[in-house]
Amino acid sequence: MDTAPIQIQKNLAQLAIGQKATICCLQDEEMSLKLIEMGCLPGSEVQVAYKAPWNGPICIEVCGYNLSLRMDEAATILLKN
Amino acid sequence: MVEKFLKIALVGNPNSGKSSLFNHFTGLNQKIGNFPGVTVDKKTGSAIISAHVKADIIDLPGTYSLYPKSLDEQVVLDFLNNTIDPSHPDLIIITIDASNLKRNLLLFTQVVDLGFPVILALNMLDVAVKSGIKINVEQLSKELKVPVVPINARNGAGITNLKEIIVQGYAEAQQPFLKATDLAPQVVKELKEKLKLTNDYLALLLAHQYRKNIQSLSVVQKAAIAEINKQYNFQSVVLQIQETTARYEIIETIIKKCVTNLHATTTEKISYKIDRVLTHPIWGYGIFFGVLFVIFQSIFAWAAIPMDWIDGGIALLNATLKDILPISKLTDLLTDGLIAGLGGVLIFIPQIAILFLFIAILEESGYMSRVMFIMDKFMRKFGMNGRSVVPLISGVACAVPAIMATRSIDNWKNRIITIFVTPLMSCSARIPVFTILIALVVPEQKVLGVLNLQGLTLMGLYFLGFAAAVVTGAAMNLILKNKQKSYFIMELPSYKMPRWKNVGLAIVEKVKTFVFEAGKVIVAISIVLWVLASYGPSDSMTQATYSAAEYAEVHGLTATETGNLEASRKLEASYAGHFGKMIEPAIRPLGFDWKIGIALITSFAAREVFIGTMSTIYSVGSDEPNTIREKMKNEIDVTTGKPMYSLALAFSLLIFYVFAMQCMSTVAVVYRETQGWKWPLIQFAYMTLLAYAGSYFTYELLK
Repeated sequence: MDTAPIQIQKNLAQLAIGQKATICCLQDEEMSLKLIEMGCLPGSEVQVAYKAPWNGPICIEVCGYNLSLRMDEAATILLKN
Repeated sequence: MVEKFLKIALVGNPNSGKSSLFNHFTGLNQKIGNFPGVTVDKKTGSAIISAHVKADIIDLPGTYSLYPKSLDEQVVLDFLNNTIDPSHPDLIIITIDASNLKRNLLLFTQVVDLGFPVILALNMLDVAVKSGIKINVEQLSKELKVPVVPINARNGAGITNLKEIIVQGYAEAQQPFLKATDLAPQVVKELKEKLKLTNDYLALLLAHQYRKNIQSLSVVQKAAIAEINKQYNFQSVVLQIQETTARYEIIETIIKKCVTNLHATTTEKISYKIDRVLTHPIWGYGIFFGVLFVIFQSIFAWAAIPMDWIDGGIALLNATLKDILPISKLTDLLTDGLIAGLGGVLIFIPQIAILFLFIAILEESGYMSRVMFIMDKFMRKFGMNGRSVVPLISGVACAVPAIMATRSIDNWKNRIITIFVTPLMSCSARIPVFTILIALVVPEQKVLGVLNLQGLTLMGLYFLGFAAAVVTGAAMNLILKNKQKSYFIMELPSYKMPRWKNVGLAIVEKVKTFVFEAGKVIVAISIVLWVLASYGPSDSMTQATYSAAEYAEVHGLTATETGNLEASRKLEASYAGHFGKMIEPAIRPLGFDWKIGIALITSFAAREVFIGTMSTIYSVGSDEPNTIREKMKNEIDVTTGKPMYSLALAFSLLIFYVFAMQCMSTVAVVYRETQGWKWPLIQFAYMTLLAYAGSYFTYELLK
C-alpha cells in the first residue's frame, strides 16, 4: 500500500556527489517558477556535480549545464524513487 | 550612401555570447546611458551592416525569461513594451548557446510571441559538437520559422553572414508558439481592449507584471489592470508555471526533430576536476586568497609608475600655466582649483584600470562564479550573498563602480547591506593618507626577520575596514526585515579563455564610469573648496598677508619662504580656516587641532586631498611627501610642548580615515542606486559616528 507521506520522499539536497536522479516535483511554488525557467522541470534528470564546503550551495548538472543551488533550495526539489 | 537605418536589439541568456556579439558589431562605438526610471546601464552602439544599411544596436541585459528576477532583467520587458521609446527595435537578434539549446529557447519563444521579427544567432556550436550534440540548423530554422545563423561570437565567424541576413530582410512577425488566450482568455481579451494592445502575449505579461517598475504604463492603466485581474481571479504564479512548462513541452518536441545527442551516457566533464579543486574546503579558499593577493600586489606595484606620471604631468602643467598666465585669482582658480581637482580624479585611473582588468578576466573565465559559489555560505551570515564578493573586492579600488556592481544582487536586503558596507573597504584614495601617517610614527623595522612593520600596519588598516564591513553586515542582517526570498539559483558557466576585446572594453567602461560619476563630483567640490580656502572675511585676509610679511622681514626669510608662509597664514584666515577652528572643539577629544580640521573638511572632495591641504597649512609649498612628513614631525603641540604627531594622534587620524565616509561621490552614487536620501544619510551618519568613536578610543588608549 502506498501510504508513505511526502516527507519521506528523497529530495535533491540528500544526493551525494555523482548521484543521478529524476525530478518528481517542486514543493515551493514561488521558487518553482525560477527553477522551472532554469530547466529543473519535473521529469528531467539531475546529477550532483560538486558541493561547496560547509553545507554551502551545491552544483548540479541539469538540462546539459551546471546550476548552483543552496541546500534549502535543493531540498524543495523532490525526486522520483 | 546609407539608405536604410535599422534599430536592432540584442536579447539573450547571460553567458550566451551576447556581449561578445555586441562588441563585434560596435567595437569602441559604444555609449552607456540609463534606462528611464532605473539605474540599469543601457549600452548602445552603432554598426555598419552593409554599404547601404547602418544600425543602432542596443544590448539588453542578459535574462533567462521575460519574468524578471533582478533589477537588470526587469528592463528587458519594459523596453520591449515601450513603443514610444526612440530606440524601439525594428528587429531583435537573439543569441542562443547551442550547447544549452533547451533552456536558451525559452526566452526565444517568449520574444517571438511578443510579435517581433527575430533572427536567431546560434552561438557556441563548437562547444555543442564537443559535448556530442549535433544540431540540424536548417531543420531548426524551419521548425522555429525564423532565420538561424550559426556564429562564433569569440572569433567573429558567421557575423558577415548574420549581417547579410539582416540586409536581405527577415521574417516578419509569425504565429505565436503559445496562445496567451489559452492561459487566461478573459484577462487577455479585456486588457487588449482597455490598453489598446495588438499583441495577446504582451497583454498577459502586463497582467503579470504591472506592479513592477514599468515606465510605459500610467497609474490609471495600472489600476485598470489590477481591477481586471481581480475580476477574473488572475492566479499569477500558477499561470507563470503553466506557461513555462507548456513552453518547455513545445521546445522539447522541436528539439527532438533537430538535435541528435551522440553519446547518450555523458561521461563526466573534465571541468568537474577543476571545479572540485577550486571549490575544495582548503584549496578553494587558498587559491581565492592567492588570487586576491596577486591582485592587490599588482595594484600597488604596477599602478605606482603611471600614477607618478600623472602626478608629475599635472604638477608640470600647473607650474607652466602659472608661469605663462598673468597672476590673478582666475589663474589660481584654473590651476589650484580646476586642474588640481582633475588631477585628483586622473590619479586613480591606473589602480581602477588594473583592478577591473583582473575582475574582468576572472568574470570572463568563469572563475568568479566559483568564488561566489564558495563564498555564499560565509557571506549570508553577514546579510549578504555570494554575489556581494565582486562589489566588496571592487571597493578596494573605488566605492563608486563597486556600488554600481551591486545591481546584479537580486535580493533587496542583501543589496542594501552590500551597498552600505562597501565604502568601509579601504579604497585607493585612503592609501596616500595611510602611507604618510604610518611613515610618520611607525618605525621602519622588520618583525620576525621578514615582515616590514610599516607594511603590517597598512595591512592591519585594510583588515580593520574589512572587519568593520562584515560586523556591520551582521548587525544589519539582524535589524533589517527581508522583503523577498533570497535565491542562489545561478548558472555556473563553463570555463573559457577570456576574450581580450571584452576585457579591454570592460576596463574602458569602468574607468569611464569612475571619471564621469565620481569625477564630476570631485571636480565640483574641489572648486568649492578652493573658493573656501582662498577667500575669507576681507579684513582677516589682509591681516594674514600683512602679518606674514612682517614676520618674514623680522626673521629675514627668502622670497619662497615668505610666499609659503603667506599661503599658510591666508589659509588660516580663510573660510576653510574658520570652519576648521569652528569644529576644533568637536575634534579636540580625538587629538585633532584646527589644522587637521581643515584637512578633514577638504577631504570631502576626495580623501587624498588631505596631503595637499597639509602641505599648504604647513607652508611647505610642495606636495613632496618626505618634506610634508618632516614638517609634520617637527610640529610641536603648543599646549603640551611635545611633538604634535604622536603615536596616539597619528593612529587616531588613521582610524578616522578607515571609517569615515569622506567621499561625496559615494554619497551621490548611493543616493542614485537606492533612489532616495534615506540610505546615504543613514550610511553617512553611521560611518561618521564609527569614525569618531573609533578615533576617540584609539586616542584615549594610546595617549
